[in-house]
Amino acid sequence: MERTIKSPLPGTFYRRPNPQADPYVSEGDRVEPGDVVGLVEIMKSFHEIPSDAAGVVARFLVENEDLVDAGQDIIALDDG
Amino acid sequence: MHKVLVANRGEIALRVIRACHELRLAAVAVYSTADQDALHVRRADEAICIGPPHARDSYLNITAVLQAARQSGADAVHPGYGFLAENPRFAAACRDEGLVFVGPSPEAIEAMGDKAEARRLAERAGVPTVPGTDGTVSLEQALAVAAEIGYPVMVKAAAGGGGRGIRAAHDEAELGELIVQAGMEAEAAFGDGALYLEKLLVDARHVEVQVLGDSHGTLVHLFERECSLQRRRQKLFEEAPSPALDADTRQAMADAALRLARAAGYENAGTVEFLLDRDGAFYFIEMNTRIQVEHPVTEQVTGVDLVKEQLRIARGERLSFHQEELELEGTAFELRINAEDPERNFLPSPGEITALELPGGPGVRVDTAAFAGYHVPPFYDSLLAKLVCAGRDREEALARAERALGEFRIEGVKTTIPFHLELLADEAVRAGDYHVEFLERRAAGSGRMPA
Repeated sequence: MERTIKSPLPGTFYRRPNPQADPYVSEGDRVEPGDVVGLVEIMKSFHEIPSDAAGVVARFLVENEDLVDAGQDIIALDDG
Repeated sequence: MHKVLVANRGEIALRVIRACHELRLAAVAVYSTADQDALHVRRADEAICIGPPHARDSYLNITAVLQAARQSGADAVHPGYGFLAENPRFAAACRDEGLVFVGPSPEAIEAMGDKAEARRLAERAGVPTVPGTDGTVSLEQALAVAAEIGYPVMVKAAAGGGGRGIRAAHDEAELGELIVQAGMEAEAAFGDGALYLEKLLVDARHVEVQVLGDSHGTLVHLFERECSLQRRRQKLFEEAPSPALDADTRQAMADAALRLARAAGYENAGTVEFLLDRDGAFYFIEMNTRIQVEHPVTEQVTGVDLVKEQLRIARGERLSFHQEELELEGTAFELRINAEDPERNFLPSPGEITALELPGGPGVRVDTAAFAGYHVPPFYDSLLAKLVCAGRDREEALARAERALGEFRIEGVKTTIPFHLELLADEAVRAGDYHVEFLERRAAGSGRMPA
C-alpha cells in the first residue's frame, strides 16, 4: 500500500540538514513515525519535516531545493 | 553623488528611497523575480532585476548587484541592513568600482565583524568587555578563570554561534562536569571541541548606542536604544531611551561607544551593543556597522533623520548638527509586526495579504512595504511592518502603542499583533522592568515553550 509524507509548510525543500551532511533518508530506507525526512526553509528559518507514517521510502516526489506548498506530497512510502 | 542604488528589499529599501528623494537623489531599486510586484520596485526611479528568488542568487549576489549599478549609472550604493550590509568584500568591491558605499570602510566592517578583533579594539579603547577567557581553555584553566571572575559562568563552543553550544555553570562542581560534556557535544555538533568561558550576566539588558561619524573626523552619539525584548535572539520590541539608564550611566555608555568608534576609525552610522548588568555595569558585546532595523525609535526621540545623515556623510558633507544640540525628547517604541503565528511558536506565515488597514494619528509612524494584495514571499525575512509610537513620556507612548495596535488590521497572514497586545498589557513591560531572558521565561511560564 502506498502512502505519502507531506510538507506541513510552504518553502524550499532540502534533503540534508546541511550541504555537507548525508541525506536524512534515501530510497529504500525504512522510516518510523516521527523520523525526520527533510527540511523546509521558510523566511530564513529551517523546519524539520517528520514522517507521520511508517514504511519504506519508495521515491521522492520533489527534488532537493524545490519549492513546495503546504500539504504537498514530498515522499512516497510503500511497505518495502 | 546623484543616483543611489538601493541593494535591499522590503521596508528598508523603501526607507532609503524616501531619504534619497528628500535629498533629490535618484534611487535605483534591485529585485529578485519573487519581488517584481514589490513596493520598493514601484517607488524607485528605476528598477533592475538581479536574479531568482533565493537571496544567494539575487540580493546576496555581489556580481549581479554591481552589474545593476553599472547598468543604471548609479554612483553610490546603500546596502540597508542584512544581505550585503556587513560584507567587507562587497564594500571593497563597490570602492574598486568607483562607487560610494553608504557605510563605513571595508576595513572597519572587517575589524568589527571579527569578534576577537573587536574585543581587542574595545579593550585598547578602555571599553569594558564581558569578563572571560581570551581564547579556548582547558578544564584547569576554566576553573581558575571562573574562580577569578565569579559564578555563574557560560561555557561556549568556539565553533558555535547564534546561541548554539552555550551552557551555564553555577559552581565549581557543575563547571567540572559541564566542561567535559560541552566539549564532547561541541566536537559532535561542530567538529571542534574547543570551548571558551564568559561571565554569565543574570537578568542583563541589551542596550545599544547609536553613533554617527562624518569624513571630517566628527563623531557623535544619538543616545541609546533598549532592545532586551528578544525571542531566540530576534528583537521584537525596542524603545528609546532605555528605562534602565540614569543620566550618569547614559553618559558613560555613550562615551564608551564613541571611544570605540574613534579607535576603529569609524565613519557613517553604526551601533555599539552593550549588556547592562543589574548593578549598572555595562560590557561591550559587538558593533553593528550598518543602519539597524530599530533606527526609527532614535529618530523619533532625537528628531534626526539617520538615513539622510548617512547619505550626506557619504557625499562628504559634515554632520548637519552638533552633539550639544541633541536632546532626548520623550519616548518611542518600535513593535515589529512579523508574518508569524504567535499561537504556533512564531511559525512563519507567508501568503497573500487580503486586507490591510494601517494605524495613524498623533505619534504614530508605520514603516512597511506591505499593501493589500501583496504576496508575502517565503524567501526572506518575516518583518512586515514596524509600528513606531512616540509620546512626551513613556506613559503617553504606551497608550499610543495600544491604541495604534487596535487600529492595525492585517488579514490573510498571521502576525505578531496579538503578541504585542499581550506584551503591552504585561505589568513588567509597562513598568520597563524586563531583561534579555524575559520573553523566554514568560513563554515557559505560560506553558508556551519557546522552541
